[in-house]
Amino acid sequence: MSKDNQVLEEFTSKEYEHGWTTDLESDSAPKGLSEDTVRFISAKKNEPEWLLEWRLKAYRHWTTMKEPQWPNVTYPTINYQDIIYYSAPKQKVQPKNLSEVDPELIKTFEKLGISLTEQKRLTGVAVDAVIDSVSVATTFKDKLGELGIIFCSFSEAVKEHPELVKKYLGSVVPPNDNYFAALNSAVFSDGSFCYIPKGVRCPMELSTYFRINAANTGQFERTLIVAEDASYVSYLEGCTAPMRDENQLHAAVVELYAMKDAEIKYSTVQNWYPGNKEGKGGIYNFVTKRGLCAGDHSKISWTQVETGSAITWKYPSCILKGDYSNGEFYSVAVTNNYQQADTGSKMIHIGKHTRSRIVSKGISAGKSQNSYRGQVHILKRAENARNFSQCDSLLMGDQCGAHTFPYIDVENKSAHVEHEATTSKIGEDQIFYCLQRGIDEEAAVALIVNGYAKEVLKQLPMEFAVEAQKLLALTLEGSVG
Amino acid sequence: MLKINNIHARVEEKAILNGINLEIKPGEVHAIMGPNGSGKSTLASVLAGREDFEVTEGSIEFLGKDLLEMSPEDRAREGVFLAFQYPVEIPGVSTVNFMKTALNKIREYRGQDTLDAVSFLSLMKEKIELVEIDKALLNRSLNEGFSGGEKKRNEIFQMAMLEPKLAILDETDSGLDIDALRIVANGVNKLRTKDNATIVVTHYQRLLEYIVPDYVHVLYKGKIVKSGTKELALELEAKGYDWIKSEMEVA
Amino acid sequence: MSTATEKQSLSTSLIASIDLAQFSFANEQRTKAFEAFKTIGLPEPKNEEYKFTPVTRSLSKHFSASELSKPTDANESVKSLLNPEFSENRVVFVNGMYSKTLSTITSDSKVTVQSLNEALASNPSLLFDQLNTTDPFALLNSTLWSDGLYINVPKNIEEQKPLFIHHLHDASSEKVSAHTKLFITVGESASLQIIEKTDTQGNQPVFNTISEDIIVGENGAVNYCKIQNDAGQLIQVANTTIHQHRASRADTYTLTLNGQLIRNNLNIIIDGEGCESHFYGLYLSDGDTLVDNHTTVDHKKPNSFSNELYKGLMDGKSKGVFNGKIYVRPHAQKTNAFQSNRNLLLSDDATVNTKPQLEIWADDVKCSHGCTTGQLDEEALFYLQSRGIPKATAKAMLLYAFAAEVMETIKNEQLKNYIDSIVSERLHKSY
Repeated sequence: MSKDNQVLEEFTSKEYEHGWTTDLESDSAPKGLSEDTVRFISAKKNEPEWLLEWRLKAYRHWTTMKEPQWPNVTYPTINYQDIIYYSAPKQKVQPKNLSEVDPELIKTFEKLGISLTEQKRLTGVAVDAVIDSVSVATTFKDKLGELGIIFCSFSEAVKEHPELVKKYLGSVVPPNDNYFAALNSAVFSDGSFCYIPKGVRCPMELSTYFRINAANTGQFERTLIVAEDASYVSYLEGCTAPMRDENQLHAAVVELYAMKDAEIKYSTVQNWYPGNKEGKGGIYNFVTKRGLCAGDHSKISWTQVETGSAITWKYPSCILKGDYSNGEFYSVAVTNNYQQADTGSKMIHIGKHTRSRIVSKGISAGKSQNSYRGQVHILKRAENARNFSQCDSLLMGDQCGAHTFPYIDVENKSAHVEHEATTSKIGEDQIFYCLQRGIDEEAAVALIVNGYAKEVLKQLPMEFAVEAQKLLALTLEGSVG
Repeated sequence: MLKINNIHARVEEKAILNGINLEIKPGEVHAIMGPNGSGKSTLASVLAGREDFEVTEGSIEFLGKDLLEMSPEDRAREGVFLAFQYPVEIPGVSTVNFMKTALNKIREYRGQDTLDAVSFLSLMKEKIELVEIDKALLNRSLNEGFSGGEKKRNEIFQMAMLEPKLAILDETDSGLDIDALRIVANGVNKLRTKDNATIVVTHYQRLLEYIVPDYVHVLYKGKIVKSGTKELALELEAKGYDWIKSEMEVA
Repeated sequence: MSTATEKQSLSTSLIASIDLAQFSFANEQRTKAFEAFKTIGLPEPKNEEYKFTPVTRSLSKHFSASELSKPTDANESVKSLLNPEFSENRVVFVNGMYSKTLSTITSDSKVTVQSLNEALASNPSLLFDQLNTTDPFALLNSTLWSDGLYINVPKNIEEQKPLFIHHLHDASSEKVSAHTKLFITVGESASLQIIEKTDTQGNQPVFNTISEDIIVGENGAVNYCKIQNDAGQLIQVANTTIHQHRASRADTYTLTLNGQLIRNNLNIIIDGEGCESHFYGLYLSDGDTLVDNHTTVDHKKPNSFSNELYKGLMDGKSKGVFNGKIYVRPHAQKTNAFQSNRNLLLSDDATVNTKPQLEIWADDVKCSHGCTTGQLDEEALFYLQSRGIPKATAKAMLLYAFAAEVMETIKNEQLKNYIDSIVSERLHKSY
């Protein structure tokens, strides 16, 4: 083994730092999935009849569907009857404000660096904290309320704003869209809801923090963001999970709806437990994220930093329906050890003069496999559509793989579509140059990787960019081939 | 300061250095000259600790310590600086960020406090003036898209920032026009003190008009075959390397 | 419009109608290929590799199973299609059968050029199917081929004279189903130049598969140019596999100027160190035709170089499809692989589907791909017009310039001039 590989070994042997569990008493559904499970969840949440029917319809459709086989990932067959579909930390009373939230829960989030007490908050960030399947607290609700912004848990939105939920739920990702979206539609337990009224610019970052705690539990949350005409919101989600030997399923759905002149910026720092060095355990992250640029001149921008999960399967997409609408996707996906990622984006150009941009930076280390899969589709009536895609792969070590599968389908001659992809490795000469300036190998790798991913990292809100940089360095420390 | 004692080195199976002896004292400037393939750049790489070269025999002492035992980054932290013949490009990493990381790593090693942004910037400003480098260049990705002259000037800027005890300039003059050469040489001269030393590795005498050496050594087939003062460089320039070659053949 | 079940039924009825007893040679290999074909059948609409190219649907529209499975008789009235430019050292196939009378072989006497049937008759153990391809039409070809060609260039022979292989289809009175197989070996430090062309006369539908296996020995070289310029109703699937040994070189040119539905599968297997491969493609489509180029470069060994440039011009209601795969296997370090696909859409109804694909398992590599799709530069067009050049001429000039990047890479002057003339003619006729 060369010295470089030794350093790589040491580096990749870093432990996952959010792998602890909290002892929380929880209220769970029995294992397995049936119409009864769906009814159980709906009843637990006192849902209206229409929502139960919506769920049941999704469930019935799901039973007719097959798990997708096309992603470039391999994993043992999931036994959907061996999963608990609903788990909630027991709280004696529904907390009316933060002082009534179980201190154990508050401590759990403090330990993750997420303060739910507003005094200690990150400046300018409102947080909705979701543990296992339910939202436990949302901060800054009142302050946002003054502007007419609704930011609350999904369950609360169903109770307080049923007309909005009914109107937009499933409008971007229909319940029968794909296997995991159908599953989520049947059993989703909570999530975040956000509504920005006409002309309002949301003054702070909205953020949801997802945490899986209970064992054998699947997490199925749903996020719905609606931005009315000429409004703006920047939203961030973060996620972690304990280290457990069995794989846990996370099948979320995120729907974004942007009207005329509205802009939604959605950022993700995904750090689910990736499994151990031998590839045991870890989260299966099968997520459907889609944004609809419904109005003219609307804009949706996805930014993701993906470092966790045993398997990632997600393609945040934009449907550019409004004329002059704009879609963006910026991604850094890091895989190490036995992680597998099949991720990318879809840009569907329907409206005239629509623009999209894809910047994907994959980094593979260890024995991992990292795939970019994307589609740029210019439909017939999309006059003057523009797309630029860039997919770069960086390889560290000689046992990993990088793959790109871009689909480019153009049906209008005025389209201008460009795609570029490169694959390279961290050069030994780059490392030596750093060493000669007194920078040790670990710091050198962090420096080079952050430089490589800069174009994406700079898209993140300030508060999280630094965290994301550290996370990248931590996931990859020493992985030089 | 530096004692090179009978160094033999090879790359893969090929012997490149065949017993180099050299001693350098603080305040001195030594020029190493020689035809292509004589082992000049190898010597520079061995001093900096590049892994491709295997030292098979001999020892190197730097400030009383065994240099060969040290990792490349520790050599840098002890004060060895190599100005690269081909400076490396690192996309997305600005020179400013790169230097800040390097300087603070070196300071940590020496048990000094790391510099905050303000004092770092004021230090940088001072050095920018010293080596006449365009400030805008330093905010761009390290060496990416730089011209040959800009890259070499950036090397000298880094040297100014890190204030090494021993600076090794590996063919710093190659590919430079006369103006760039003068600026680079000026920078080097300004950085000279009685406490630091410089090794200038070059093929041509031209650079030595600007950086005047105390000693000149001629390397041929991995050995120092001739040593002298700066007049030797002139003689070499006048007679060409064939002079050394034929002299060696005769010997 | 046929439904999915009908398409399946063509596959099923085709399998049922194939009678291997009609063939008197290579029956062992046929049986093997047929068994493999039976398990996959004709590609269904959802087949990822044929997603945009409905070969099965087109076949079911024009052919019955029995029309597909029986070879069509040869007819030599197609002589008029022969190119006077390439009258020397020529091999001619008519409706898939080798024509001794039309062929004029003048290769070096040490070079073997004979019909595959003859070759098998004199050497029944000839291993002509070493490079197993799993494409359904390659398997169908191996099941149904009626004749073919065997070329062997022995060690150290550098054949300077290009061999012209002409596939003629006579579809003036009846439908044609023709299947030809080529097996070419180029020995150590040997070289070979091949120009292949297909031509069709008549308006009956033609289904043609061509399978070519080319093995290039150590330090050997092959230069291979394929010209597809068929009038009429041609449905063609060509499978070309080039297996490169150490330090060998392959140059391929795939030029598609006409044809109803053309699918080319070009597979390059780099199975030795220090190989070099260049492959170029140019496709011009209009009307309601479809041209599909699927290429694969499989870097199995280190230190090799591959470079690919495919350019397409789509007009009318035509479709262009491009899929380029680059594989770099775990031990193929220091591989340099580059790919570029550029398309121009010239009408409101033309479409292009392109999917470049990089799959890399080695870390010390330099690989890139790029693809663009756009339309003719209006600014440039206007510039030419403002200098007094009529719009149609200006357009043809710009399109020619776009195509020229590919044509300029052709080294054989005679061939280059010929290609140049047919491309210019095609562009000036249309615009």
